[in-house]
Amino acid sequence: MASEATAHDGHGGHDDHNHAPYGIGRWLYSTNHKDIGTLYMVVAVFAAILGGLASWAIRLELAEPGIQYITDAHFYNVLVTAHGFLMVFFVVMPALIGGFGNWFVPMMIGAPDMAFPRMNNISFWLLVASTVLLIFSGIIGGGAGTGWTVYPPLSGIDFHPSMAVDFAILSLHVAGASSILGAINFIVTILNMRAPGMTLHRMPLFVWSILITAFLLLLALPVLAGCLTMLLTDRNFGTAFFVPAGGGDPILWQHLFWFFGHPEVYIMIVPAFGIISQIVSTFSKKPVFGYLGMAYAMVSIGFIGFVVWAHHMYTVGLNVETRAYFVAATMVIAVPTGVKIFSWIATMWGGSIRFDTPMLWAIGFIFLFVVGGVTGVVLANAGVDLAFHDTYYVVAHFHYVLSLGAVFAIFAGWYYWIGKMSGRQYPEGLGRLHFWVTFVGVNLLFFPQHFLGMAGMPRRIQDYPDVYSGWNMVSSIGALVTILGTVIFFIVMWRTMSSGKAAEANPWGEGATTLEWTVPSPAPFHTFEDVPDMTGKAEAH
Amino acid sequence: MSRQPRNPNNRRTALALFAVVGGMVGLSYASVPLYQLFCQVTGYGGTTQVGSAEGPVVPKEIAGKTVTVSFDANVARNLNWLFKPEQRSATVHPGEQTLAFYSARNDDSKPVTGTATFNVTPHKAGIYFTKVECFCFTEQTLQPGERIDMPVQFYVDPELFTDPNTKDVRDIVLSYTFHRAADPAPDPQKTSAVAGSDTRPGG
Repeated sequence: MASEATAHDGHGGHDDHNHAPYGIGRWLYSTNHKDIGTLYMVVAVFAAILGGLASWAIRLELAEPGIQYITDAHFYNVLVTAHGFLMVFFVVMPALIGGFGNWFVPMMIGAPDMAFPRMNNISFWLLVASTVLLIFSGIIGGGAGTGWTVYPPLSGIDFHPSMAVDFAILSLHVAGASSILGAINFIVTILNMRAPGMTLHRMPLFVWSILITAFLLLLALPVLAGCLTMLLTDRNFGTAFFVPAGGGDPILWQHLFWFFGHPEVYIMIVPAFGIISQIVSTFSKKPVFGYLGMAYAMVSIGFIGFVVWAHHMYTVGLNVETRAYFVAATMVIAVPTGVKIFSWIATMWGGSIRFDTPMLWAIGFIFLFVVGGVTGVVLANAGVDLAFHDTYYVVAHFHYVLSLGAVFAIFAGWYYWIGKMSGRQYPEGLGRLHFWVTFVGVNLLFFPQHFLGMAGMPRRIQDYPDVYSGWNMVSSIGALVTILGTVIFFIVMWRTMSSGKAAEANPWGEGATTLEWTVPSPAPFHTFEDVPDMTGKAEAH
Repeated sequence: MSRQPRNPNNRRTALALFAVVGGMVGLSYASVPLYQLFCQVTGYGGTTQVGSAEGPVVPKEIAGKTVTVSFDANVARNLNWLFKPEQRSATVHPGEQTLAFYSARNDDSKPVTGTATFNVTPHKAGIYFTKVECFCFTEQTLQPGERIDMPVQFYVDPELFTDPNTKDVRDIVLSYTFHRAADPAPDPQKTSAVAGSDTRPGG
């Protein structure tokens, strides 16, 4: 690595396009933001396959009442846990932040690369190490069946005596370190390396979204690291942070975990907001309606996200005033979220809309995120939540905002930027087919879960009374349709790489105003060595 | 990019951000004692209060009111004790000093030290439930087969009857759970036998 850097130095400033490193070394030692972004996407796809297989195994078991395929209840819990961890930490975050963030934040602000390219390399390879640790945790000692929330005493030494939970804890530690380093890199890049004239208030909204996400990561992940360390020492070194026998309190875990966990859900969705804003603006051929309102709506969502954590804990015995506060604070989040939804609609209003595949995914995102947001407002009510806590209503809610929200934004971003990343455009017809099949599939999959939850079906159990069988079958058929959609996506990827038509620098026309569309497709290895001057240009959003 | 002149602010910004990370880790650990303090001060989670034997002044208008305190006893899985309250419940007037007894018997074949955790239900009554003296303040060591009576002296603060949030409370459950504390220094000759028989369930 050192010799490579020296070689770069030796060439001086004129090795712009031709001296890109090649072979395996290009990827192992990469300090290039685009290559690292690609690597993050590869990890996300790999983890998505694993996490998807886990979820389909779950839906297979739940298709009918009774226990058919997954006879071991602990193994079922291991599948649920693996699905949660993989999708949160190794699919959504790497794709949205590591993947699209690395690729497009430097390009959108006219920077040649991230502020600390080698730290960027470390961030990525820590994530790989973390993925390996997580896979260990799934196969060693029966696996960790704690759920992604890792509540003690279930995660304590009495109920998970094997090393599986320790591996999961170490995996999250390493993933956290990776994300913290990445977050610092993004913040420094965005604050210090913008092109002249690219003021904070003229940055594209995707850059805003990554800046806010990075601050959320910076403040939330250390708390996860802290409470995971406490759990680790509780399990292995006789401390009693969460052990009542030693004067600890398991509820403290829930407070600390959700102080991290609630910002974490915004970490997963705020970058999606950014992507959707770019796409809606591009395909409506209009600047985003209410740019400053959009930016500061994300800021306030992030800020309020830190003071609502106990709405995950209405059933632990909080007193009525505390619950009233958390209900009110949680409901307040609907205001900036509403600002965003209405601004997207207002951006489309009167625009010259093109329904290309990225726009379909973006509109799908808006529609489904509203559904998930509305059930979120329902669940924010402490009284209602007492009935819905740990039921499939909650499962339906967070899959509407994440599986149908964040994942739709990942697909939207993929179709929007694949030409810039690979130099080849996707096949439009297959892309639209992918959207419609997935849209039908996920709605068939998750909408009936609202009914199941309202009827009282609990989460994380592999069997249920016969009365729930109808909608469970519908839901599992939805999972089958979603598998079909996923297969179509892999065909789209293959067709794009093998026979996609060459992408122009700007395939989207006048609506695409951000800087990444000013460079050729695929984006050259080094971009903006001569920093573009944005002084006096129109706002770039 | 090593070729690019690096912005001199980058290092300073990054260091400041690392400091934020360190601060948040520190805060997460600081939250442990703070949370305990918070529970003790506010009676959160039914945390009871500690008071003196003098007791509070009882306002006249609530003098006739009473609340029923029920007694609950639990033993952790790894502790072979019989632990039970000597009375099921007591009817208590505002501010009235009340003495109740629990009994514990060590059914193990060796001396065992136990320590009790406690709270009251409903949780919101914790702030008004004051213990003057309690066996739960210290660890208890019982010889094999030994049985002891353990007293708890408490009163219910009269404010329970005036606070709009708690004046509907007519029943309070005082609950204890005995856990195994660190074992007493074992007899050197018996060390191996003790270690052999002292496997933690599930551990």
